[in-house]
Order: sequence, then C-alpha cells, then structure tokens
Amino acid sequence: MEYIVFYGLAAVALCAALAVILVNRVMHSALALVICFGAIAGLFFQLNAQFIAAVQVIIYAGAIMVLFLFVIMLLDPEAEKFSPARPKKIVVVALPFTVLLVFLLTQVTLHGLEDAETSFHLVGDAQSIGRLLFHDYLLAFEITSILILSAVLGAIVLTRRSE
Amino acid sequence: MIPATHYLTLAAILFVIGTCGMIFRRNVITMFMCVELMLNAVNLTFMTFSYHLNQLDGQVFALFVMTVAAAEAAVGLALIVILSRRADTLDVDQANTLKW
Repeated sequence: MEYIVFYGLAAVALCAALAVILVNRVMHSALALVICFGAIAGLFFQLNAQFIAAVQVIIYAGAIMVLFLFVIMLLDPEAEKFSPARPKKIVVVALPFTVLLVFLLTQVTLHGLEDAETSFHLVGDAQSIGRLLFHDYLLAFEITSILILSAVLGAIVLTRRSE
Repeated sequence: MIPATHYLTLAAILFVIGTCGMIFRRNVITMFMCVELMLNAVNLTFMTFSYHLNQLDGQVFALFVMTVAAAEAAVGLALIVILSRRADTLDVDQANTLKW
C-alpha cells in the first residue's frame, strides 16, 4: 500500500515535471507545475511532514503559483517556437546532464544512508515545528522577516512606473 | 517502510529535469518555474533525511527554503514585468543589451 502510494505520487510528479519543460504554452506548464507541487506535497505527507505538506499546498501551489499565473495572464506571452537549430544544440547539451544525473544517482546509491532501525519516527506537526522554529531557529526566523520585507520593497520599487 | 534511496533518486531526477528546463527553455517565466522545481526537489531531499535521521531540523530548513523561494518569486516576477515592459519580449535571447 505504502509503495503503491509512493510510486503513484512519484509518477505524477515526474510526468508533471516533464510536462513543465516540454509543453510549449507557458500557462500549461504553470498548471503542470501546480500538479507537480501537489504530488510532492503528498510525498511530504508520507514522510511524516504534515505541517510542511500543508504549507507546500498553501504557499507554493497557492500563493506562489497564483502569482505566476497573474504575471502570465498580465503579460500574455505567445507560445515559444523551437528554432530549427535546436535539436543539434540539445544533443550537445544533453551529455553533461546525463553525466550529472548519473553522478547524482551513484552518489545516492553509494552513500545512501542505512534506514533507521527504530520503528518510531518523529512527526512534523505544527506544534513540534513551531517549537523548533521559535526556539532553536529564532534568529534565522527573525532574519527571514527582514528578507521578506526587503523583497516586498524591492518588488514595489522595481515595478513602479517612474514619472 | 520505503527506503530513503527511492526518495533521493526521485529528488535527483526532478532536480535534473529542472536544470534541463533552465538550459533549454528560452522563456523567462518557464525558466523561473524550473528554478522553483529544483528548489522543490531539494526540499524533498531535506524531508527524506529529516524522516530517516529522525530529526525535525530538516523540516524547519525546508520551511526557510520555501520562504526564500517566495521572496525570490516576488522580486523575480517584478524583474520579468520590467523586462517585458522595456524590451517587449520574454525571450532571454532577445535581452542581450549587455552583450558586447
């Protein structure tokens, strides 16, 4: 059962990720990305990270992707046309990526950690995450607020029309 | 229990898909979405290690990654809006004013 859920979600995530980079229209790839984020949220849920799974759906699939969709609809980009010179380029560039993937996979299989023997696993619910966030990582949390403030200011200043 | 390598392999493949999209696509918005995909793959790795090492620190870290991604999306989309306003294009190959 566990495996069926995992492989189902993994297949959905992979297909959606491939759709993101292969589909011509930007709007369609944005919607594929939402599906991919949803599948990844399901995987988070399976990894005992309930709170992060909820945050993933609310912030990523909700807020960030809606922002993307707004910008896409605002700018209305035409479908990307692949130039005839593309296939040759793809073959040249595909080699390093195959090497990268093989490297990552060998790292994963060689140095993959032994599974913990314990049957007990911590659950990342809001209470335990919050305790960690406001206790051990309080400084990082406060600095993050400054980061968000500067990002908001930056976005406002950048998009303002200069008189 | 599903072994950690399954999750890590999935995350690696997702990351490489994101990198490929970043290189092959010429539309700024699509490239930006590929960055988000790569960040998500990294988050999945954090979750896997958090689960298998039985520590919650990885989940807090993933939360920070999401926050930074949100900030980055706000500034990046603002930049994309300016690009389309100034250069009237979303193709990165057209935005070559800095090129000598």
